[in-house]
Amino acid sequence: MKTLAELEAIRDRVKPLINIRESDSNNTRIVVGMATCGIAAGARPVLNSLVEEVSKRNLQDVTITQTGCIGVCQFEPVIEVYQAGKEKVTYVKMTAEKAVRVINDHIVNGNIVDEFTIGSVTN
Amino acid sequence: MQEISLNLLDIAQNSITAKASILEITVDEQPEKDALLVTVKDNGCGMTEQQLESVTDPFYTGRKTRKVGLGVPLFKMAAELCGGSFSITSNLGIGTEVCAKFVLSHIDTMPLGDINSTIISLIQCNPDMQIIYKRVFCDNEFKLDTFEIKELLGSVPITNFEVMSFIKDFLEENEKQTANKRTVL
Repeated sequence: MKTLAELEAIRDRVKPLINIRESDSNNTRIVVGMATCGIAAGARPVLNSLVEEVSKRNLQDVTITQTGCIGVCQFEPVIEVYQAGKEKVTYVKMTAEKAVRVINDHIVNGNIVDEFTIGSVTN
Repeated sequence: MQEISLNLLDIAQNSITAKASILEITVDEQPEKDALLVTVKDNGCGMTEQQLESVTDPFYTGRKTRKVGLGVPLFKMAAELCGGSFSITSNLGIGTEVCAKFVLSHIDTMPLGDINSTIISLIQCNPDMQIIYKRVFCDNEFKLDTFEIKELLGSVPITNFEVMSFIKDFLEENEKQTANKRTVL
């Protein structure tokens, strides 16, 4: 059974590895729409998949968070990628698998996955 | 919404919007009473009596972007469809409590679903909030309190990957232990 004592060991191991963020300039912020519409359409697995992939690749300067209804419920699950100095990118009709591709292609390699963006869908 | 745990994730969003600093989620399963009780309690801004009256109306919302608000009505419907009940109490400036009772054996009762995933998502997205999750099954129970975890972590963020994966394992192991006497009804 896991106990909080194990957490102490994790803390001591992890603490020296944490980079003190010098500035927010290189940070990427990924926001998942988690209102009723997003959750019903499958935002939870998308969020979990993003977190898992970011962790797997140990991307220190990426934060994943949530927001309410973004306003395009028909396209949920929706995620938005904010990077300093760049235009916001909105991905729509996300799945856990697509989320992995967004991390790999866009966040790691800097190539926006055009086919998943809101600009590529028609009403 | 196909799981009670997804409804919970949705209801908890209201607490986040209400700027709560403490969020308490309880999932209490009592097979011999044929009941599943879920509670979401917060110390957010609360609601006025008038808001409280209209909150179960799908055509009421606090938002200005559109005219519908389905979170609370869907949760209420999910509970009432299976012969259960729903209640919401709120005090302005103090907080809100949402309770729903589900009848376990009713054919229209949704499965609880991946409750641990809901808790993990809430912690991940709201690292500054104190999240207390209490899981009861018959006489067994366990509790997760992010305040205790954060005290212990000090300067290490709770969203750190290793910490989150510890919390996930902690929830899964305890869930198994707590509900291991689960019998087929």
